[in-house]
Amino acid sequence: MHMVQAIVFLPLLGFVIAGFFGRMIGNRPSELVTTGFLILGAVFSWIVFFDVGFGKGAFKEALAPWIVSGALSVEWSLRVDTLTAVMLVVVNSVSALVHLYSIGYMHEDPSRPRFFAYLSLFTFAMLMLVTADNLVQMFFGWEGVGLASYLLIGFWFEKPSAVAAAMKAFIVNRVGDFGFALGIFLVFVLTGSVGFDAIFPKIAGLANTKFHFIGSDFDAMTLACLLLFMGAMGKSAQFLLHTWLPDAMEGPTPVSALIHAATMVTAGVFMVARLSPLFEASPTALGVVMFVGATTAFFAGTIGLVQNDIKRVIAYSTCSQLGFMFAALGAGAYSAGVFHLFTHAFFKALLFLGAGSVIHAMHHEQDIRRMGGLFKVIPFTGTMMLIGTLALTGFPLTAGFYSKDAIIEAVYAAHHGPTSYAFILLVFTAGLTSFYSWRLFFVTFLGPKRWGHEAAHGHDDHAHASHDDHGHDHHHEPHESPVVMLIPLALLALGALAAGLVFHDAFLGHGYEHFFKAAMPLGPDNHILHDMHGVPVWVQYAPTFMMVSGFCLAYIFYIAKPHLPHQLAEGQPILYRFLLNKWYFDELYDFLFVRPAKRIGHFLWKTGDGKIIDGFGPDGVSARVGLLSQTVTRLQTGYVYHYAFAMLIGLALVITWYMVAGAHS
Amino acid sequence: MNHLLLGLIVLPLIGAALILLTDGESESGLRNIRWTALFATVATFVLSIIAWKAFDPTSAAFQLVDEAAWLSDKIRFKLGVDGFSMPFILLSTFLMPFCIVASWVSVEKRVKEYMMAFLVLEALMIGVFSALDLVLFYLFFEAGLIPMFLIIGIWGGKRRIYASFKFFLYTLLGSLLMLIAVMVMYHQAGTTDIPTLLAYKFPASMQTWLWVAFFASFAVKMPMWPVHTWLPDAHVEAPTAGSVILAAILLKMGGYGFIRISIPMFPDASLYFAPLVFTMSAIAIIYTSLVALMQEDIKKLIAYSSVAHMGFVTMGLFSLNMQGIQGAMFQMVSHGLVSGALFLCVGVIYDRMHTREIAAYGGLVHRMPRYAVIFMIFTMANVGLPGTAGFVGEFLTLLGAFRASPWVAFFATTGVILSAGYALWLYARVVFGKLEKPSLMSIQDVTGRELAILVPLVVLTIWYGVQPGAILDLFAVPTEALLKSTQAAAQAAQSVASAVR
Repeated sequence: MHMVQAIVFLPLLGFVIAGFFGRMIGNRPSELVTTGFLILGAVFSWIVFFDVGFGKGAFKEALAPWIVSGALSVEWSLRVDTLTAVMLVVVNSVSALVHLYSIGYMHEDPSRPRFFAYLSLFTFAMLMLVTADNLVQMFFGWEGVGLASYLLIGFWFEKPSAVAAAMKAFIVNRVGDFGFALGIFLVFVLTGSVGFDAIFPKIAGLANTKFHFIGSDFDAMTLACLLLFMGAMGKSAQFLLHTWLPDAMEGPTPVSALIHAATMVTAGVFMVARLSPLFEASPTALGVVMFVGATTAFFAGTIGLVQNDIKRVIAYSTCSQLGFMFAALGAGAYSAGVFHLFTHAFFKALLFLGAGSVIHAMHHEQDIRRMGGLFKVIPFTGTMMLIGTLALTGFPLTAGFYSKDAIIEAVYAAHHGPTSYAFILLVFTAGLTSFYSWRLFFVTFLGPKRWGHEAAHGHDDHAHASHDDHGHDHHHEPHESPVVMLIPLALLALGALAAGLVFHDAFLGHGYEHFFKAAMPLGPDNHILHDMHGVPVWVQYAPTFMMVSGFCLAYIFYIAKPHLPHQLAEGQPILYRFLLNKWYFDELYDFLFVRPAKRIGHFLWKTGDGKIIDGFGPDGVSARVGLLSQTVTRLQTGYVYHYAFAMLIGLALVITWYMVAGAHS
Repeated sequence: MNHLLLGLIVLPLIGAALILLTDGESESGLRNIRWTALFATVATFVLSIIAWKAFDPTSAAFQLVDEAAWLSDKIRFKLGVDGFSMPFILLSTFLMPFCIVASWVSVEKRVKEYMMAFLVLEALMIGVFSALDLVLFYLFFEAGLIPMFLIIGIWGGKRRIYASFKFFLYTLLGSLLMLIAVMVMYHQAGTTDIPTLLAYKFPASMQTWLWVAFFASFAVKMPMWPVHTWLPDAHVEAPTAGSVILAAILLKMGGYGFIRISIPMFPDASLYFAPLVFTMSAIAIIYTSLVALMQEDIKKLIAYSSVAHMGFVTMGLFSLNMQGIQGAMFQMVSHGLVSGALFLCVGVIYDRMHTREIAAYGGLVHRMPRYAVIFMIFTMANVGLPGTAGFVGEFLTLLGAFRASPWVAFFATTGVILSAGYALWLYARVVFGKLEKPSLMSIQDVTGRELAILVPLVVLTIWYGVQPGAILDLFAVPTEALLKSTQAAAQAAQSVASAVR
C-alpha cells in the first residue's frame, strides 16, 4: 500500500521544494507544487478512507527504526485504521482546500513560498501524528505541528503581537507536553513498551495497580491517562491551557482555518480516541475528561458572546466545540467525539475561510462593529457563512445537528462521571453557541452598514508590505473574493451540509462495528452507543430548543432592538468586562507564572550565582589571597606562557616523582 | 597492534610543529599557517574515520590498543577505545576543522600561536578519550586546560583575564583532589591500568572517598550546579572557536570521566550518591534555565542553557539503567553538535557587529533570511524538538530518570517548558521584529564559508534526530556491559536497603 506513504510524504516533499528552493523557482510554482501535492494527497486519502472504513480494513507499514535502547524500541511506521483514515480525510481535505484558498488570500504577500512551505510542513507533521503506531512518533507529530503552528502564527514576524502570540502558543503547548512526556514514561514503566499494539493487551492486567508519584499513591492507569490528557488539554486549548488559542488568531486567516480550527487543535481529541483502551480502564480519568470538556465548552461560549473581532468569536467557538468533543470522549462515546471532530472540521474551516473572505472584502477589517449589511455586497460569502452558521448551531439535517446532538445525548446517558454537570452545561452552551453565531452573522451581514471611506486600515490582518505595493489600487468598497477562494468555500459548505447525514450511521449507528472495526474497542461494560439512542424525548429536543432560543435572542438583540446589547453591557459592567477580558486568565497567568519566573531568574542570577556562589567561591578566594591582582598584571604582560608551562611541568614532575617512588617502595 | 590512536594524537602535534617553524609575520606565512592547520585537522578527521572503520562496535572490549613502557612498567603509556570513547574522538576530530575555518578571518592577532593552541588542544582531547592508563588520563585531562586557558586569556574579550582565571581556579581545585585519588588508587590496587582497575573491587568505604575526589573534578568540568559559574564567563570571553570546543568537547570530559571511572570503578558509591547527583541535576536544570531566561548576553544565555543540558546528562548517567546512560551519552554528542553550532551562529553575527548584547539586535530575518533558518533549526534542536538530535538524548535521559525516580523526572521535565521559554525568547528578540537599528541596516547574510561550516551541522542534527542508531548503537554494548557489572552492586545495596526498611 504505497498510497499512504505518498499521502504522508508528499507534503514533506512540497515543504522542501517550496521552503528551500522557493526563491529559486518563484512564487507561483511554489504555490502550485504544494497545492498540487496536497490535492493528490486528499484524493488518495478519500480512497484510503473508503478502503479502510468500508472495505478491507486496517493495515500497518513499518518504515525504519528510530530509537532503540534496551527494552525501549521505537520505530517509524504508518498505522492506518478507520480512526486514522477519518483523520487523513479531515487533514488532507481541509489542507488542500486551504492551500488552494491561500493562493487567492495571500496573493499580495511577498513571502508566499515560505507560507506554503509552512502549510505543507504542518500537514506532514499532522499526518505523522495521526498515522503514529507508538506514543513517541505521536509525540513527534505533536511537537511538529506545534512548530508549524509557531511558525505560522508568527508568519508576519515584524508584528510584535504576532511574535508574542507564536511564542505563547509554543510555550503553553509545552506545558501540556510536559504531562504528555511524563505519561509516555509512565506507560513505558507500566507496560514495558510505547507501541500501541503492545500496550493495549497489557492494560487489563494493570487494574488496581498503584504507582507512587510525587508523594502519593495513584491508580496507575488513572495517573497515566491524566498525564497524557494534560498534553491533549494543551494542544486542544482546553480550560486552563486555552490561553494561547485566541492569540493564535494573529496568524493569517487560512492558518486559523487549517490549524486552529479543523486539524491541529483536534489532535487532543484524536489522542484520547486513539488511547481509548487506556481511558476505558479508568473511569476517574474519563470523568475528568468530561468535566474539563464541559467546563471548556461553557467557559469559551461565554467569552464568545462579547468578542468583537470576527476571528476571535470563531476561535472561542472552536475552543467551545472542542469541549463538546471531550465531553463525548469522557462519556465513553469516542465515536461521537470523533464524529463531531469530523463534521466540525468542515463547518469550522468554512466559517474561518468565510471570515477570511469577509476580511479580504473589507480590506483587512476584522472588527464586526465596523461591518454590517454585507450580505447584499458579498452574497456568495454571505451564503457560505450562513451555511456554516446553520451547521455550527445544529440546524436539523446539517452536519452539526447530528454530531452535537449525539454528544448531548451521550453525556446524558453516560454511566459515570459528572454527567448532570456536563449535561446542563452543554445544553446551555448549545444556546450560547446559537446566540454568538447568529450575533456574528447578523452584525456582519445584516442591519445597517457601518463601514465607509473613513474606515481606516487599522487592526489589519495582512496589511503590511502589501500596502505600499498595492494600496493605491484598492477601492474602498467591499468586493467578492476571487474564484480560487470561493471554490474551497463551496466544497466545505457541501461537507457542512451533508457530512452528518451521510456518515452518521457509520459513526454512531448500526454501521459502527463494521466501520470502526477494532480501531476504538469499547470496554465490556460500555454500552453508551446503545444507551444514547434511548434517552427521553425532551433530551433529544433540548439542543434544538436551545438553538432556536439562541437564534431568537440574537434576532431581538441585533436586528429588532439593536440598542439592547449596549444597555445590557452598561447595566452589568462587571460581568461584561469579566467576559470581555476573557475571565482575566492572561492577567492571572502573568501574575502567577511569567513575572515570578523572571523575578526568580533574576534573583538566582544576581544573588545566587553572583553574590553567593562567586562571592564565597572564586571571587572571595582570590580576593582573600590577593591572587587576582597580582595575576592580572602578570598575565597581561605576557607571563601567561610561563604560568601555563610551569603548571604543566610542575604537574608532570609531581606525578612522576610520586609514581616512580611509589613503584619502587 | 596498530598505532592508529597514537597517530591521531601525533598528527595534530606535527601540524603544530610545522606551524611553529612557519614565519608568522608575512601575509603568505599566515596563509600557510591557516592551511596547515586546516590540513592537519582534516587529516586527523580522516584518520579517525579509518579508526572508526577498524573498530568493532559489537565488542565491549577495548580495541586498537597501543601500549609502551612509560614511567615504570606499572604506569604505561596505553591507549585504546571502546564504544563510550569512540564517538567523542569522532566528535572532536569532526568539529576541529570547522573551528579552524570559523577562525579564518576573525582571528587577526597571533594567528600562529592561536592555531598551535588549537592543534595541541586537539591532541590532548583525543588523548583524554583514548587514554587507558589513569595517570595518562590525568595528564591529558589537566593539560587540556592549558591551551584553553591561553585561548581565552589571549584571544578573548574584554574581561578575558578574569574569565580565564576563574576557569583555572575552579578546575584546579577539582584536579588536585583527583590527583590525590589517583595516587590512592595506585597504592591500593598496585596499578593505574584502566582495564585492570575496572575489574578491581575497591572496598566500599574507600569507594566513597575516591568517588568524592573524582566527583570534585568531573562536576566542575561538566559543569554541575553549583560549580558552574566559571562557564558563562569563560564562554562570553572566549573567541567563537574556543566556545565551540569548550561547549562541544571540554564539557564532555566530565561526563566521560563519570562513565569511564566513577560509575564502573566505584559502583557502590555511585549508587549511594545517586540521589545527590539527581538533586543537583534537577536543581541545575531548573535553576540555570531560569537564569538563562534573564540573560542579556547571547553567549551567556547559551552557556547557561548548556549547564541545564548537562544536568540531563548527569541525571541520565546516575539513573543507572539502559535508557538513562545511553541517553546521557547521546545527549553529550548531540549537545556537542547543537551547542557548537549555536556558538558558531553567535559568532556569525558577532563578527559583523562586535557585540553579543541581545538588545543590540532585532529583525535580522529581514537582512539575513538564510541565517534565520539555520539559527531556527539549532534553536529547535536546543529545545529538544523531536526529529532533531536534541530530542533523543533528552527523551531517553528523562525516561531513564523516571524509571529510577519519578520525582526527579517530574522536576527535570519542567526543563522542556523553560528551555522553550528562554530559547524562543532569544530567537524572537534577535531575529524577529522590525529591522530598526541603524547599525543593522547593512548587515550581510551568511557567506559561503559560513554556510560550509553550518550546513553540515544542520544535516547531522536532523539526521541523528531521525536516525540516531549509528551513535546510539555504539553506546549500547558498553552500556550493557557496564550495567551487568554494576548490577551485582546494585542488588547488594538493594538487599541492604530492604533489610533496613
